[in-house]
Order: sequence, then structure tokens, then C-alpha cells
Amino acid sequence: MFFATVDLPTRGDADSVMNQEVNDNGNPVAGNYYIQSAYKDAKTPNIVTVVLGDYRSIDTLGEQIVVFTAGLILVLILSGHRKERKVSNREENS
Amino acid sequence: MYWEFELILFVFLLLVGLVALEVKDLLVSVVMLSAFSFTMALMFTSMGAVDVGFTEAVVGAGVTGILFLIALYQTTQKSKD
Amino acid sequence: MKTGSESPIIVLGARLLSPFIMLFGLYVIFHGHYSPGGGFQGGALLAASVLLMRVASGTQISSLMVKESLTTPLGVVGVLIYFGTGLLAFLMGGDFLDYGALPIPGLSPEYLRYTGILIIEIGVGLAVMMVMILLYDKMATGEEEVE
Repeated sequence: MFFATVDLPTRGDADSVMNQEVNDNGNPVAGNYYIQSAYKDAKTPNIVTVVLGDYRSIDTLGEQIVVFTAGLILVLILSGHRKERKVSNREENS
Repeated sequence: MYWEFELILFVFLLLVGLVALEVKDLLVSVVMLSAFSFTMALMFTSMGAVDVGFTEAVVGAGVTGILFLIALYQTTQKSKD
Repeated sequence: MKTGSESPIIVLGARLLSPFIMLFGLYVIFHGHYSPGGGFQGGALLAASVLLMRVASGTQISSLMVKESLTTPLGVVGVLIYFGTGLLAFLMGGDFLDYGALPIPGLSPEYLRYTGILIIEIGVGLAVMMVMILLYDKMATGEEEVE
């Protein structure tokens, strides 16, 4: 792991491959497009908000549904009414 | 960029993690995990990822600590007294 | 967790600190366009202010802030705000979650996107806050209902 870490580019390096405008195949890089046109598209200075809320909004919707489903599953596990009813039914039958 | 600051944070992170693993009292362990999360938030902020650091500080050091405390109190209530 | 804290100092400190955390959470949500932050962080801060009161003073006092029976419906409302915004833009002729097609008169498409991002941040914040309070309530009282 140390051997692989040495070869990584420095943080914020403007010359590394992921910060170029076009990658090796000649296609434009997505992050560069976001940085250049985020303020023009949504008039919002914070790029992170625009990427999370507008360009990748379906991802955020999925994340919110995951959080909400976790809460609902916790309600189902911990509410405990069903267990009581089963025990009382079994006692009535026997 | 600020490598001295990050070196201090790394040493503190290692120390806090070892204390959280080795200590016997679980309450101390929970507090040390909160300190670990807060140090991680400071490191994220020093790397320039302010949003991630914000989330780590709020969720890792605040809400997770409260939830661990609740779980601790719920499990040790009967055997304690 | 059944009874609140015995010390009045802790209750007083939590009462003093809680409104400021809540105000900062609202600032983080509504100022997320210009400063770091957003719906998830602001919702977690709002939840932390309520959880501080619940830990310090027991559920009975702090259910004056958010009632326990209100958490699940408001979480559903938060998810529905997000999904409804996307569906409204879809019904008005745009793509799903394309805020440029929202039917708000008198705004250019850029400011429509601005408003759409603000609306979904409110939805995310509401859902995250309610789910975290719900987690605390169920973990603190779920054991007692079984017995």
C-alpha cells in the first residue's frame, strides 16, 4: 500500500490526468464541465450544491430514500407490538 | 501544504484510536470514538473538503455518539444495579 | 433514559445551547448556496439540537419541540417534497428532476434551478432530521414496550 501511495499525484495538482480538460481518449472530463458551467446554469456559487442538487439529483434522491428506509426498518424491528400479540394469542390458544 | 498540522493530526488520530481500542470502560471508548471523528473532520477540512468535514463533524461526532450512548445505557441497565 | 437528568445545571445548559444549534442548522440549509453545507448537514444539526434536549431532560419535556408521533409523517413529507418536485417538473414537460421546467412564473431558467435546489434541500433536511429523531426515540423506548 505504501508502494502504491508514493506514485499518486499530489493533492490539487493542476497537471494530473483527472484535472485536464480532455482525457487520453480525447473526451471532455466531467469535473471540468461542472466547474466551468455550474454558475452559468444555476446562478449558485457553491459548486458542490449544484452537483449534488442539480446534475446528480437522482443520486441524492436515492440517498434520501436509503436513509428513510433505514428509519422505517428500525421502526419495524423495534416497535415490538407484533411480538406481544403473538405471545398473547399463543397463551389464549393453550 | 500544511504538513506540520497534518502530522500532529495523524499522531493524535493514532493515539485516540489506540486508546479507544484498548480501554476497558465502554463510555471512555465512545468518547474516544467521538474525538476520532472530530480529528477526521479537521483532517478533511485541512485537505480542502469542507463539505465532507462538516458532515463528519455533525454525524460522526454528534449523532453517532448519542446513539452509541443510548445503546450502552440500554444494554447495561439491568446488570448494573 | 426513562427519567430525565437529575442535575438542573445540565438541563439549563442544554436549554441555553439548543436554540443556537437549531438556528445554525437553519442557516446551513438556507445558506447552502453560498457557503459549505446543504440539506443533509443542516438536517443533522437540527436533529442534534432536538436530541440534546432529549438526552438532557427526558422525552416528556422535549416532546414539546417535536412530538414523537409526528416524526414518521414529517419524514414522509420530506421525501415527498423531493419526489414531488421532480414529478412536477416531469409533468410540466421537462425531464425528471429538471428544475428548469417548474411552473413558477416570472423567473428565468437559471433562477428556476436556484429555487428548485433550495426546495429539494428543504426536503432532504426535513427527512434527515425526522429520521434521526425517530432513531433516537425507537432506541430509547423500544425496549420498554416489549416488557
